[in-house]
Amino acid sequence: MTILAGRPRVVVAVFPGTWSERDFVHVAENVLGWECRTLWHLEAELGACDAVVLPGGFAHGDHLRTGAIARFSPIMRAVEAFAAAGGPVIGSCNGFQVLTEAGLLPGALMRNDHLEFRCDWQSLRVERPERAPAWLGDLADGDVIRLPISHGEGRYVADAATLDGLEREGRVVLRYANVAGEVTDEANPNGSQRSIAGLVNERGNVLGLMPHPERAAEAELGGTDGLRLFRSLERWLQEQPAATERRL
Amino acid sequence: MRWLAEVHVALRPGIADPEGQTIGSALRSLGYATVSEVRSGKLMSISFDADDESAAEAAIGEMCRRLLANPVMEMATWELRAEQTDADEAIPA
Repeated sequence: MTILAGRPRVVVAVFPGTWSERDFVHVAENVLGWECRTLWHLEAELGACDAVVLPGGFAHGDHLRTGAIARFSPIMRAVEAFAAAGGPVIGSCNGFQVLTEAGLLPGALMRNDHLEFRCDWQSLRVERPERAPAWLGDLADGDVIRLPISHGEGRYVADAATLDGLEREGRVVLRYANVAGEVTDEANPNGSQRSIAGLVNERGNVLGLMPHPERAAEAELGGTDGLRLFRSLERWLQEQPAATERRL
Repeated sequence: MRWLAEVHVALRPGIADPEGQTIGSALRSLGYATVSEVRSGKLMSISFDADDESAAEAAIGEMCRRLLANPVMEMATWELRAEQTDADEAIPA
């Protein structure tokens, strides 16, 4: 990875049915001043980039299961290779669902327990962000942030051994909470096990979260906590040793 | 040889099924008071060609593993049979 003139280069993957890519591009280019490219799912190479975003939406119509068909799109081979090389990957909402189906993150996301689509602002408690320095390095354990959620299938499910392992390894990085940062059943918008809203892979470079950080990047739209994730990434990238350009 | 597999994808025991619970509530509200549980799932009928039964079994098993069911929360079972030809269908059952 080489950051040219301090401008991170981010690739936003677009599947048929993706709907949040324009918001990501807007935030990357107009708010953060990054270089940003969208890439159609049939592309097999990412080209030069420093981070990959799998945005929200309904890839392939959510048919069969959310993310189940998207994981076989050619671009996912390149995303898997990028992640295996340590490149930062964020999957938000449908992107999180794709990451679990692809096996880049454990568990699965199922229909909300109340069967309703939920679109709202949501408080989240940050936990042990040292496991995810690329995305959450600037946040501290116990920080409470506010991001929009917008999903019908966000109930995180995994078996007990997986859940215990995730918690033991500090890989649960975001939990649904109330404004005081208390993780309660009432604050859980979808019935996710252990109120899990976001987690990282073993290495910490792949983050999946149901909320939409790209929708919380400008004060006039209600909040800027999403920027804290993107600024963390920018800082992390700038700290990486230069001249290790990935060619994928 | 043409085969027909009826694949049933069900949620694993212990996985919450709010859709099934809602259907169960609806049935009880219609007066079917003895309904104690409903579990929802998916049924897929898949026609495909394979040389023989063991090849057909292997193929459908692989389809289930790779795509049709997510082992995190689902399991797949199937019934496989040689698909009837047009001539067979003309004979009354």
